[in-house]
Order: sequence, then C-alpha cells, then structure tokens
Amino acid sequence: MSEAVISYDEVLEKFDPVMGLEVHVELGTNTKMFCGCSTEFGAEPNTHVCPVCLGLPGALPALNKIGVESAIRIGLALNCTIAEWCRFARKNYFYPDMPKNFQTSQYDEPICFDGYLDVEIDTDEGRKTFRVNIERAHMEEDTGKNTHMGGATGRIHGADYSLVDYNRAGIPLIEIVTKPIEGAGKYAPEVAKAYVAALRDILRNLGVSDVKMEQGSLRCDVNLSLRRTPQDELGTRSETKNVNSLRSVERAVRYEMTRHAARLLAGERIIQETRHWHEDTGITTSGRSKSDAEDYRYFPEPDLVPIAPSREWVEELRAALPENPAVRRARIQESWGLSDIDMQTLINADLLDLVEEAVAAGVSIEAARKWYTGELSRVANEREVDVASLGITPATLVRIEELIVSGGLNDKLARQVLEGVLAGEGDVDAVIAARGLAVVSDDGPLLDAIKDALAADPSVAEKIASGKIQAAGAVVGAVMKATRGQADAGRVRELLLEHLGVSE
Amino acid sequence: MSELIRKDASELSGLLESREVSAVEVAQAHLDRIADVDGAVRAFLHVDTEGALNAAKNVDAKRAAGEKLGALAGVPLGLKDILATKGLPTTVGSKMLENWIPPYDATVVTRMREAGIVILGKTNMDEFAMGSSTEHSAFGPTHNPWDLERIPGGSGGGSSACLAAFEAPLAIGTDTGGSIRQPAAVTGTVGVKPTYGGVSRYGAVALASSLDQIGPCGRTVLDTALLHEVIAGFDSMDQTSINAPVPAVVEAAKRGDIKGMKIGVVRELGGEGYQAGVRQRFDEAVVVLQSLGAEIVEVSCPSFDYALAAYYLILPSECSSNLAKFDGIRFGLRVGDDGSRSVEQVMSQTRAEGFGDEVIRRIMLGTYALSAGYYDAYYGQAQKIRTLIAQDFAKAFSQVDVLISPTAPTTAFKIGEKLDDPLAMYLNDVATIPVNLAGLPGMSLPIGLAPEDNLPVGLQIMAPAMADDRLYNVGAALERALVAQWGAPILSSMAGV
Repeated sequence: MSEAVISYDEVLEKFDPVMGLEVHVELGTNTKMFCGCSTEFGAEPNTHVCPVCLGLPGALPALNKIGVESAIRIGLALNCTIAEWCRFARKNYFYPDMPKNFQTSQYDEPICFDGYLDVEIDTDEGRKTFRVNIERAHMEEDTGKNTHMGGATGRIHGADYSLVDYNRAGIPLIEIVTKPIEGAGKYAPEVAKAYVAALRDILRNLGVSDVKMEQGSLRCDVNLSLRRTPQDELGTRSETKNVNSLRSVERAVRYEMTRHAARLLAGERIIQETRHWHEDTGITTSGRSKSDAEDYRYFPEPDLVPIAPSREWVEELRAALPENPAVRRARIQESWGLSDIDMQTLINADLLDLVEEAVAAGVSIEAARKWYTGELSRVANEREVDVASLGITPATLVRIEELIVSGGLNDKLARQVLEGVLAGEGDVDAVIAARGLAVVSDDGPLLDAIKDALAADPSVAEKIASGKIQAAGAVVGAVMKATRGQADAGRVRELLLEHLGVSE
Repeated sequence: MSELIRKDASELSGLLESREVSAVEVAQAHLDRIADVDGAVRAFLHVDTEGALNAAKNVDAKRAAGEKLGALAGVPLGLKDILATKGLPTTVGSKMLENWIPPYDATVVTRMREAGIVILGKTNMDEFAMGSSTEHSAFGPTHNPWDLERIPGGSGGGSSACLAAFEAPLAIGTDTGGSIRQPAAVTGTVGVKPTYGGVSRYGAVALASSLDQIGPCGRTVLDTALLHEVIAGFDSMDQTSINAPVPAVVEAAKRGDIKGMKIGVVRELGGEGYQAGVRQRFDEAVVVLQSLGAEIVEVSCPSFDYALAAYYLILPSECSSNLAKFDGIRFGLRVGDDGSRSVEQVMSQTRAEGFGDEVIRRIMLGTYALSAGYYDAYYGQAQKIRTLIAQDFAKAFSQVDVLISPTAPTTAFKIGEKLDDPLAMYLNDVATIPVNLAGLPGMSLPIGLAPEDNLPVGLQIMAPAMADDRLYNVGAALERALVAQWGAPILSSMAGV
C-alpha cells in the first residue's frame, strides 16, 4: 500500500508546495440546522431524529437562526465580507449516510467570503507572521455516520454490512475554505498546523463549537499540489480527508509533499483523488477517484428562502465579538509575567488553553506550566497523541498541587500518580491509595535510612560536618533511592543536617 | 341513494350545525356511496372507514357537548394520497411507497383534523403527481364519472373524480402545473391553486418544490373557499409559507360582485390548439362576465409561449433531486437486498423497479438538465423565462384585476389515448402552468359542456399573489349566473355512475 517517497530536503530543492485547507466545524447549537432535534454527542444511535433530518417524504427544512448567526460571527472573526444576500444549494449525490441523497449546503453564494487569518510560525529568521487568505465560509448540514462491520479495513469495501446512525445528520456545519496557500515553502507543514490551531482558537473563543478534533467536531481536509517553480501553474492536487489532529495536519502535508515529489520525479502523474490519512503509520492511501463523482448538480435549494442578513445585525454581531486570541495571548503573557520564549513554548505545543484552564481552576502558573510542558507532553509524545486528548482534568492537577504543598507528595511521586490517572486507575486519591504512594513522613524510618547511607560512606559525614554542605545531596539521593522515592527530599535534608548537628 | 351525498359542503354544514343530521350519518352515507361506485370510478386508493367514523363520532360528541365547531366540522373529504397521514398509507401513487405508513401528519391534515373535517380516505393520483390523466398511477387509472372510459384529469384525478361521483363533497389536491385545475375542468368541479406559500407544503411529498402548492377542491365556489380557509395560513415548518393574513376567500365567495372589475383575456392562452367546444363555452362565459358588469380587456403575455418549455426543465430538475431520497435505505420499497449486492446495486434496482416510466423519464431529464456544462443552458435559461413570465403577469395586473383563459385545451380524453405520447400529455397543462411558474393563485370552475362531446369545460381565473379572494369573487359571480342559466348545477346533468 505504501508508496515511494523522497526526502523532504530533496522535495524542497525541486518543488514548490501549494496547499488548500478545508475545515469543517460542527456548530455547538442545541438543535440541528433544519429541525428541532438535539445535537448532543454520544446518544443512542438514531434517537435524535425526526421526519426532517431523516428526509422522510413530505418533510421540509426550517433554518436554525443561531446557525446563521454563528456563521456570520465566524466570518467576521476571519475578516470576511458578509453576503448581503445568499442562498442554500443542494449538492446531489447518493450515499447511505445522506437521508435526502442531497446535502443542503451553499455553493456559489456563501454567506462569508474573502477573509484572512494571520498565523505565526517559527522560521530560521525567528518568529514570522504568515497570512492565510480565506476564500469562503459557508453553512451546510452534516451527514449521518456509517459504521462498516466486518472486513479488514473498516471501510465500506469488503465490509459484511454497514450500520447507519442519523443522529449526526443535519447537525450544522461551517466549512471554511482557504485560497491556495502559496509561498510557504519549507514551512508549509508548520503553516498548515498553525492555521488549523489558530482557527481552532478563534472558534473556541467565539464559543460556536467545542472544536474537538478527536470527536470530529473540527475536521480538516488537506489539499496539496507541487509545482517546479512558484511561477508555474498549479499542479494536480490530492485531497487528504479527515486529518483529525494538529500533529496529523503537519505530518499529512509533509507526507504528501514527499509522495507527490517521488511520483513526479519518476515521471508519473498525480491522480486527482481523495486520500485517507492513517494516523498510525503516518501515510495516506488512495480513496475514491474524484473523476466519476464530481458532478454534484448543484442548484438553489427551493425549500429555503434566501438569507439577507441586515447590515445592522451584522454590525451588532461584529461589535459583540470576543477578544481576538492573539490579543488574548498578549494579555495572558503580561499577566503571567512570562518571557517570549516561555509563552512561545506554550503556544507551539498547543498548551496555552490547557494551562489557562488549570490556572483558572486554582493550579499555580508555575506548576501548571511545569506539568504540561514536562511530564504530560512527554507522555503525549510517547503515545503520539495531542496533550489535550490525554484527558487530564484541571481538578487532577489542583489535587496534586495541594498534596505537594502539604507535603503529601513529592515530584517523583506526583509523576507516578499522574501515570496512574492516565492509565485509568481512578482519580488522584484513588491512585495514591491503590499504589501506596504517600510520602514517608515518619522521621524514624528516614533517620534509619540516613544512618545507613552515612555508614556506607563515612567520608560524606565528615565533609558535611566540615562545612561542605553540598555533599548532603549524595546522602539525600541515597535515601530517596532506599525509600523508592517515597520520601520528602526536603525533610531528609533537614534530618540529615540535624543529625550531624550542622546548620545552614 | 342517500340525499346526503348530493348536498354541498355548505349545506351539510348547516344540517350538522342544526343537528338535523349527525356527522356519523353523513360519513356513513359517503362510505356507502364509495362502496357502491368506487369499484367503477376507482377514485380512492385507501378508504379509512374506521378512522372516518371515529372522527365523525368525535365531532358529534363535541357538538353534543355544546362545543363551538368550525363550519366544516363533520363534513367528509377525499385526501390526495400525496399528503402524509400518520398511521394511514401514503403511496403517492407509486410502488415505491406502497407499504409506507408515515409517522406524522402533514400540516394541512393536522389543520383539517382540528377543524373536524372527516377524512374518508386517500385518493388516486399519477405517480408522484407526474401526469395529467391519473393513468400513471402504479395502482391503475381513475375513471371520469362523466364517462368511465375517459380520464378524470391529473395528477389529482382521484380527488376530482370523488367529487363528481358524489363520493365526497370536498377534496384536497396539489397543483404543480395544473394538477388541481385541469382535473376540476374535465370533471365539472371547482379547484383552486392558492398563491405559492399560501398553504403550508409541510407533509406534501415534493414533486417540484418551487412550484408545488396544496389547494382545495369542491363542487361549488363557496365550498372550495370554506376549505381554503381551513388549510391556509402561515406555518413555521414551511419556510416558503407566507406570514400574512389569509385573503378573505369565504367572504369573497359569498359576495360574487364583479361590477366595474377589469378582466383580462390572455391572448396566448386560447385559439389554435384548443378544442372548438372549449373555445365556444369560454367565449360565452366572457359574455356572461361582461353582462355582470365587468370590463373585458384582451391582454398579451408573450412569454407564456415559453412556459411549457421552461416548466419541463425546472420541474424535472427539482424532481430529480426531490426523488433521490427514494433509495430503499430508510423507508419504502427495497429490492435485491439478498446479501449478494452492493448498496449501489440495491439502490439502483429499487429505483428501477419502484418507479414508473414517466417518473424515470423526468428524473433523467432533470439529472441531465442540472449536469455540469448544461446547467446554464437549461435550468439557468428556464429560470430566466420564469422571471419574464412573472413580469408579463405584473404588467397585465397593472391593467386588469384578474386574468382568464380556458383551463385545459380539451375536454376529458379517452383512457390510453395519450399515454404513449408524453408531449401531447404535457400540452394539457399549457394554460395552467404560467401561474405555477409565477407563484400566483388560479381557479378552475365549470362553464358548461362542450357541444361536440357533452363533456365539461373549465374556465381558469388567475389573480395577483395573495389576491386569492379575487378568484372566489369572480368565480362566485360567474357560477351564480351560469347555474341560473342552466337551472341546476352542472353535475346534475351528469348521467349516474
């Protein structure tokens, strides 16, 4: 299945990449786009359905006004022009997850168009702003969800049968489409990731969606093509569907660049097709070819009336937009007193929201930063997932910090506690109880361990007694080792000095 | 034969109100009539004896309890089988939905139930409302009570035939290009296509969404107005529904005063292609209108010549999309699902076997017309014609209050006569299509029998949007004068079924 690729450096020597990113966002409205059914995630299959979203004969759509409002707010936050008049259109194609066998969408009259989003990336010359131009943001409805049972791939081909859940059918979607992103060069993967991250920030900040990539409420399709020089016409593109994490967006762009380049250098053509992204192996494989399915026979949706948002309404919505995430970052950096580098570390690792959430819950800024950039990032990296999807709650960090401050835990033990929480062994206190991780706070066993350590290397005691207090570290280390980390290192040091009659 | 079945809805209303008859008696009389004659007429696809009698009992109980009821409480009705009825089959005249029982009621059905109207059953129609003769029903044709060898019009032939056969005093139809008015014309009954958006389409299985409109059918102008008033008005479930007061149709039907009105005769809708007897009765009706004090003006609407062509691009385009949902996945017929076929094969086989020829023809036409590269030439151009037709109407209505024409070019033709010639069939709607394209209201009412075949001829009245009351005013005036001239309503000259 895996295709030939070449090294990334070689791609850059010979080709110029052009990207197009299509992001689908599920809106967080209470009800669906065209009916009153609930949009809640995770309900029993086919329970949030009615004649309208099941497409029963005779049913008609009724537009969700909050959906339109959300679309306009998104457009405004992305510096778009808001249409004075626009319509829905029908996108016709047959698929079992589409109740009507057409998707109610927008075609040549999107509600928002001609915007941009500035994103920041690290370059060899330092931090740089890169402008991504937005072609359009339009409204549409989600489809149902197919689950293909049997067969090896989980895809429809080879499956024994398929189950369809229409709970998702009709959930409001906004599709945000960039103009061709040119000039990113070797930073194309970083620009793609930074764009999706920035977009996600804006959407979350607007409160229009929970933007959970892992639950599919934010989904990204990556279009990529290569050309020999920036002066050439655009090359044939591939469309990699459902790239569902920030990390994957970056990896998918990089992979497709190397795959396209290998084909082109071998004298082969790029086939215009959709491709499936494989998170585990980090490659894409061929989906259906688009040539036989691209005529959607769009025409204006006759069951809905045109939408003409009044300029007064648009200006009201503009005036009520929340703080822009970039402005918010500047504010946070100042109030937390972080250096540029510290701030950038959080942003690059996509940790700012998580840290802010923890701080808001009562964790100290220092501790929150330490856990997220340290242990949690390490585990996420090991597991090849986003830190956010580890599922550590602010409450967990609050409890750990409480225990550290009160002396019930030390750093090393806290890491073990986190490991237990991540392994699903329960909350902080449950893990401590189950693993017996409490700090040894009884001085008796500690003093015994100190004496053992001193006995093993009597010269240390002399050094300390003669004023070389830094030598105490070796003893503390030995005690910690002997107690398997369950001692409070500070207390061990105190006891040691006391025992030797030395004061600092 | 019970005298009750000969009564108009407004007469039954009075008898029920004064409790001279019960709703159960009225329902039973009509159910008996259906049992007697529907074997020959075949107006009904499904008779809901139990539901009708229960609804009638409810009305009687409420009336006995002194509850204030609507004018049509206890009056029976035939419902076109295109409207969703909870717990009752809704086949749309197609094998595709032969066994489908909707889980919900159409808005008009809810309104009629609330008004105490007794739904006798579901009436026959051309499959998915595609046709002008009811011959395209998957369940066999309906026969015209005037001559059982002839068609009752279409697509709503069951609704018009049940009125003419005295199986029901009221019926509901839908009109996309004439499916209420042309059947009314060829059966000697009255039918109205309201202003687009005047009646909620929620629950009417869609043919062409931008053209479809539900409307009332009756044997008199007043009866039709009484039903119009029950079903019309804003509905939040239909975004194209108009949020404005319902025109005063009942008041207009009672008034019938056209003195000083300006009535336009559309030059393009008449003359060549129209049967001699149709032209003759139409010309006589114009003289009657004049004698009632109206000023007659000839107006020209040149774009109407392109209406049929535009219609047969827009309708198939929309229907190709509307009918895509019939794929055997969620409801209705499923063919070939024996585990050996892919989902595409099952969809394809279901559609091939579930749809009749006319439906497949229109789906294919529409799919082609919407295809990339053809859209502008076909759908796009047709929409421009639509605008021109609306402009012709606007110009005409700046000169006159209403427009008139013959409803259909001919009287009822023989079953089978045009079945193999789609174009000849399509021409039946040449005069009725323009108002659908412009979203305006239109009425057909009987103006006599064509001398050459003794079959009913209909006159069409057209009015500006939301001026549906003008149809009833003019219709009532003409009806009163003609009935006086004939000495009895036209249906009384029909030989019994």
